[in-house]
Amino acid sequence: MNNLIYFIRRFLYLIPVLLGVCLIIFFLFNIVVGDPTPLLLGKNATIEQMETLREELGLNRALYLQYFDIVKSAFTLDFGRSWATKQQISQMIINGVVPTLSMTLPAFFLSTFISLIVAIVVAFYRGGKVDFVVRAACIAGMSIPSLSYILFFQYYLAYQEGLFPIQGYDYGFPHFIPFIILPALIWIILSIGPDVRFFRTVILDELYQDYVRTAKAKGLSQVNILFKHVLRNSLIPVITYVVIQLPYLILGAILLENFFSIPGIGSMILSALNSNDFPVLKSLAVITSLALIIFSLLTDFLYTLVDPRVKLS
Amino acid sequence: MIEAIMKKESALNKMNEKTYLIERSKSLYQDAFERLLKDKAAVAAAVVVFFYSVIAILSSMGIIAADWNTEVGPSYSPPSASFWLGTDIFGRDVFTKIIHGTQVAMSVGLFTSLIAIPVGVILGAISGYYGGLVDELIVWFYTTISSIPSIMLIISISLIMGKGLVAVYVALGTTSWVSLCRLIRGEVMKHKNRDYVQAAQALGGSKLRQLFKHILPNVTHIVIINASLQFQIAIKSEVILSFLGIGVQSQPSWGTMIDDAKLELVGRGVWWQLVGATIAMFIIVLAFNILGDALRDALDPKLKGKN
Repeated sequence: MNNLIYFIRRFLYLIPVLLGVCLIIFFLFNIVVGDPTPLLLGKNATIEQMETLREELGLNRALYLQYFDIVKSAFTLDFGRSWATKQQISQMIINGVVPTLSMTLPAFFLSTFISLIVAIVVAFYRGGKVDFVVRAACIAGMSIPSLSYILFFQYYLAYQEGLFPIQGYDYGFPHFIPFIILPALIWIILSIGPDVRFFRTVILDELYQDYVRTAKAKGLSQVNILFKHVLRNSLIPVITYVVIQLPYLILGAILLENFFSIPGIGSMILSALNSNDFPVLKSLAVITSLALIIFSLLTDFLYTLVDPRVKLS
Repeated sequence: MIEAIMKKESALNKMNEKTYLIERSKSLYQDAFERLLKDKAAVAAAVVVFFYSVIAILSSMGIIAADWNTEVGPSYSPPSASFWLGTDIFGRDVFTKIIHGTQVAMSVGLFTSLIAIPVGVILGAISGYYGGLVDELIVWFYTTISSIPSIMLIISISLIMGKGLVAVYVALGTTSWVSLCRLIRGEVMKHKNRDYVQAAQALGGSKLRQLFKHILPNVTHIVIINASLQFQIAIKSEVILSFLGIGVQSQPSWGTMIDDAKLELVGRGVWWQLVGATIAMFIIVLAFNILGDALRDALDPKLKGKN
């Protein structure tokens, strides 16, 4: 019963946050930026042209109505049409999500899996040479800018060695695979450093708990303690960490998608940015925020389910 | 006779002094400083940060690398004795450009922190200390901000503010105060009911005095750790903004130099701008990473005795 009330309250809290997100987007795009028509029409636009365009884009309407439009779009997911391509934005997003997810999903799960295994090994040999080397490699790898990785791997592995296609994308299940291997590989390399560090800290945090000492005193083996006791307890932060990252998979990787010409959401963001396509940027901000809000709610629910100690007021 | 007594007394005094010195416990920062000095990697990192800061200051004063914009040789000449890291498309010396880029990178880190830290600390402290409606409002505000993926927020802000360094500072500053605010809020909430705060209250200390004079000094370590991590995130983000074309204009930065490589590598094989800027950035980001970790180990009381 208590849980139910908590869930309902937590669910209702979505509304002010969503309204706030819309308010910030509205504030940035509809108030601060002022009049986008000179950007769209160029320097030689006449005043009449600008006026008609404003009318056409609905920029002459009362401000509260413009705000209401954004809020409405968050619920109906109908974002209107792009200024640049005149397409339905919701359709553009659907078209873009498939290539994005085809690259980010496998990359994300592989990198999480690999990082978790490395973290377990490192935690097992904590304080030793393996631990030191892996930690040093992680921190060094994290210190190289992502753009440098992409440029280097694309140039060296794809262009010079010809191991992968340099760029491009094919729709349909088996066809896209050759095109996503290299970007996915770079994604894994980029995320393995922070992931291993996080998982290692989580596991080590558990290792210092009293129950581990008890298990050791009982005479259980190191492997037994690590896999049967510690790992289970460290699953909570690990699950949270994984779930909260899922919405970002929709957003894709702007850099990777652009360099490898994957026609996903990341490419959409950049082309919208270059053509001052405000509706597309606004709707992407709304939809990714929506995903983020829903998934953070989901992690909270998971938390209470997985850990009965978490009693929420 | 008197002399002997005096001698004895002074010897006693000395002994007392000694025991006094031994028994006097170290402050958090004294202890942290001593721990840092023992950590060779942390000392090296601090030296690197200092070195880069000096270069950045000298460059911003126009003492070094002021001539980055002059043509010194042929376009795209490879690294040689006269041009350590070769030249770029306009025949400008890449090494000089990298030195000038230090100024941009350090200023991005500095100004981002200068925006994020006061906002995060003040909002977090008020929220944690006063609670109630103010707290609800501030929590709502940062939940909202953190619900928008920061890359979308950064893009929107830079688009609106126009291109340039100031837009970069503001965009990165407004997105990076949230985590600090959340940490400070939690920590202040923990501290506000502790005995020393109640003692301050009993002695008639006003709320503001309790908060700023008593509680905040006890949470400063969070700010220091956070700033060190924030700094390198800002430096790394500058590259992405440069790629998006909304970063620094009309002066070289490591980001624009790395971004230039996308036109230089294929066909021309010009790698020196990419490698040079990447290494320059790698060293300082690594230094901040190591320093941040060492600071956390040294300053966070929860971690003591674990390593």
